[in-house]
Amino acid sequence: MTGPVLTALLSHWRRRPFQLATLLLGLSLATALWSGVQALNAEARKSYAEAASILGGGGLSELARTDGGTIPVETYAALRTAGWLVSPLVDGWLSSEGGRIRLLGMDPFTIPQDTSIAASVEPSLYPELVGTNGILLANRATAARLPDLEDRIRIIEDLAPNMILADITTAQDLVDMAGFSRMFLLPDQPLLRPDLASVAPELTVRPPATANDLGRLTDSFHLNLTAFGLLSFAVGLAIVHGSVGLAFEQRRPVLRTLRALGVSARRIVMCLIFELLTLALVAGALGVIVGYVMAAALLPDVAATLRGLYGATVNDALTLSPLWWLGGVGIACIGTAVAAANGLWRVARMPPLASARPRAWIMASSHAMRWQAGGAAVCLAAAICAVAFGGGLVGGFVLVGGFLTAAALLLPIILSSLISVASRWSRGPIGQWFWADTRQQLPGLSLALMALLLALAANVGVGTMVASFRATFAGWLDQRLVSDLYVTVEDETDIPALMAFLEDKSDAVLPIWHVDAEVMGAPAEIYGVVDHPVYAANWPLLSAQPDTWDRIAEGTGALINEQLARREGFSLEDPLPLPGGWTTTVIGIYSDYGNPLGQVVLPLETLTRRYPGVDRSDFGILVPDRNKEALTAALTEEFGLPEDWITDQGAIKAFSLSIFERTFAVTAALNVLTLAVAGVAILTNLLTLASMRLPQLAPAWALGLTRTTLGRLEFIRALVLAALTFMFALPVGLGLAWMLLAIINVEAFGWRLPMHLFPLDWAWLGALSLGAAGLASIWPAYQLVKRPPADLARVFSHER
Amino acid sequence: MLLDVHGLKKCFPGSERPITVLDGVSLSLDAGEVVALTGESGSGKSTLLHVIAGLEPTDDGSVLFDGVDICSMDDAGRAALRRNSIGIVFQQFNLIPSLNVRQNLVFHARLAGRAASVDLPALTTWLGLTDHLDKFPEDLSGGEQQRVAIGRAVASEPKLVLADEPTGNLDESTGQAVFDLLLALARRTGAALLIATHSMRLAEAADRRMHLSHGKLRA
Repeated sequence: MTGPVLTALLSHWRRRPFQLATLLLGLSLATALWSGVQALNAEARKSYAEAASILGGGGLSELARTDGGTIPVETYAALRTAGWLVSPLVDGWLSSEGGRIRLLGMDPFTIPQDTSIAASVEPSLYPELVGTNGILLANRATAARLPDLEDRIRIIEDLAPNMILADITTAQDLVDMAGFSRMFLLPDQPLLRPDLASVAPELTVRPPATANDLGRLTDSFHLNLTAFGLLSFAVGLAIVHGSVGLAFEQRRPVLRTLRALGVSARRIVMCLIFELLTLALVAGALGVIVGYVMAAALLPDVAATLRGLYGATVNDALTLSPLWWLGGVGIACIGTAVAAANGLWRVARMPPLASARPRAWIMASSHAMRWQAGGAAVCLAAAICAVAFGGGLVGGFVLVGGFLTAAALLLPIILSSLISVASRWSRGPIGQWFWADTRQQLPGLSLALMALLLALAANVGVGTMVASFRATFAGWLDQRLVSDLYVTVEDETDIPALMAFLEDKSDAVLPIWHVDAEVMGAPAEIYGVVDHPVYAANWPLLSAQPDTWDRIAEGTGALINEQLARREGFSLEDPLPLPGGWTTTVIGIYSDYGNPLGQVVLPLETLTRRYPGVDRSDFGILVPDRNKEALTAALTEEFGLPEDWITDQGAIKAFSLSIFERTFAVTAALNVLTLAVAGVAILTNLLTLASMRLPQLAPAWALGLTRTTLGRLEFIRALVLAALTFMFALPVGLGLAWMLLAIINVEAFGWRLPMHLFPLDWAWLGALSLGAAGLASIWPAYQLVKRPPADLARVFSHER
Repeated sequence: MLLDVHGLKKCFPGSERPITVLDGVSLSLDAGEVVALTGESGSGKSTLLHVIAGLEPTDDGSVLFDGVDICSMDDAGRAALRRNSIGIVFQQFNLIPSLNVRQNLVFHARLAGRAASVDLPALTTWLGLTDHLDKFPEDLSGGEQQRVAIGRAVASEPKLVLADEPTGNLDESTGQAVFDLLLALARRTGAALLIATHSMRLAEAADRRMHLSHGKLRA
């Protein structure tokens, strides 16, 4: 018996292929955007885990110097002699085409075999690995970036991206390091061994590094992507809900007939569930494929963003697990269930003789307006509570979600009120009919218009945030990059000669020396600055004392970046504990956009005295008369510096801005896709409604309005509704922008940006939304114009 | 006795007080018997047919079909009864719009598991639908649609056919032709037929007539 029931139900789609296509399109798009974002996140997290597993030694604690410097070989020998079971590690960077590559040198004979590093190397390779000119191990993509070392590299595909493994002596040669970066602490240590403090007091035990360290830094970025994916998914589900609900209602006569012919309600529901499941599986599979393609297209930008913003390395190619594919299809099924739950519930409870009223089904949502207003109030209350009592990044996203949902729920009510006002003002009969008919259509279109509102508001909000960020960031770069040239020296012994060379060829040489260390328990950078007026003139301080720069010169305080200040709640004059067991005072806070880490700026003399292991390779140079080319040529000739070790200010600015643009390329792409989905939602709703609007249009046609006039009015109606939706989306979008800048950014990245307004962008977006609505309405309007008069006349013969 | 309805009561909610549509209705029907049910619009004819078909619950009374009280059955039991033993012809035809004539004709028989025994060529010849088998309901006239509905009802070889104003939407001559067809098919298949109609002229062709007025039934 199930066979004929399914035949009857499924035959609906055969007779309405467009409605079926709409449903599959909506569900596929929703699934594609969601699973695409999940693919990006999964690939990134997989790369973090691989990198952390290699770098962190698979859960082993480490010994490192408190000042971040190199551990001498003598210290290693002393520890081994005292009974400490440690394995040394060299951790450095190699320059290559397309950025730096991490080099890890290990000692194959002492490294624990259960670490990821040891597991990456077949013991049979040990003879080739150790000794002079030992081989290097890398995956194919990384190896391709090091043509100079091509002969020595052995390909191991499973190695983490952007990483090279080598024997410790080979690594020391390549990065010119005399000692070791850190040492793995083996898990089984002798019970009787001297304290670390008595053998190597300059060393400290660090807990195992995990993927979470990188994950924490990048969480906000992934959360942003996920939020966009969710928004797109919700917009796509609006299409599915409309199509499924309408299909149920259109088939109510069939359901009634089935019941009369002896099919139980339970069997009908089961058949409908089977039908929906089949559709969800088909659409889910399509969506997952499209999502994969989308993710593959966006991954290079995401990888560049994560590399530029967080220093995280992500594979450029997608390698997704079967679980991801299943998850994509699963989310399609869940989405379908959510979108169809109401319709199924109504069918299950439908009396056998319930009459079919597809128009009434559409209009029923007008009765829901009171509920919508109530829902909007609840969402707003939840949003306010989330910020007032919850806070944090999640609280921020609840605020944004609640605000956007409330706005979407309020849209039909606001549009209905505006149409009522317009209706009262209209004088002519056509105008009055137009507004009355528009108000009658509104409930049927409201879901698509809500989707358009969300897409437009997200566009205005995110666009304003990005443009504000860009304007602020560009201005900040102009101030912050005070030096004309930036130079990196390969060998620190060249520094005195460099200083002497530059003494009469530059206005000033500003060392940019730093050490990586932990401040307040989190990774941070500590920089040193010399006493020079150029800093006081250019450094953008968010808050400072009148004598901040004098105190820096005296060595009685430190500057910190906004991220560190917000994270730890530091204010001016607060004590600032620093590594090495000493404390200084916060005397200034500066903006530091794009840096996920906390940063401290000390007088240079203090930095070098407190932290001997400081990296002294970078310098900024103030060039007289801006004659950078001549000085660059002279430096290259005198010191044999490669070209890419001397960078002028403009190149750094351009590089920084290009990273910035790539950072938001993904956001912009998702923005456009969401808007496109909303456009599809409008198109599908208009086309669906068009097939049921004949009873409304036929009387107007019979009373003398031509089909062309009716078609034109349909087109204008779509434009009017889109324009009104855009007008409401504008303040909603600006509210969203403020939330992103003042709450989400501060929570996610640690900095707050001023909000700039860009009316020209709004005008463009307004034109775009009108264009989308116009395009969506052209086909239904054209169909109406071309509809045979007999179709309209038949309405009267069918009316009972 | 195929059908024994006794003391049937049915009320619908009204704005002030419940409206009694069936007030102690009793009737019986033998196998193969044709009974016409007449009455004014709103007299409760359709409600009585719906209750007998198990489409509407009753407030009181019993409906025994082949000795089994359908009022005590659950939804699945009533559905099985309609599927296997009752054919229904509606005033609004109620064909499945997305299935063609051929599929609509055998649909009920397929549900009842009797599709194999349907002699489709003979049935379509009787119905005069031979040239319309691949058409969809929207391509047919009202009379043709009702003929399909009648064919669907009798093709499943039911013991009882309930016809609710089957000519109500048709002009006089078409209505007469449809009625004659229904009667002939019922006689041919041996099914009992309970037909609700406004038309006294059509009712006269039945074996027995019953009139429903103000919720009461009289012969």
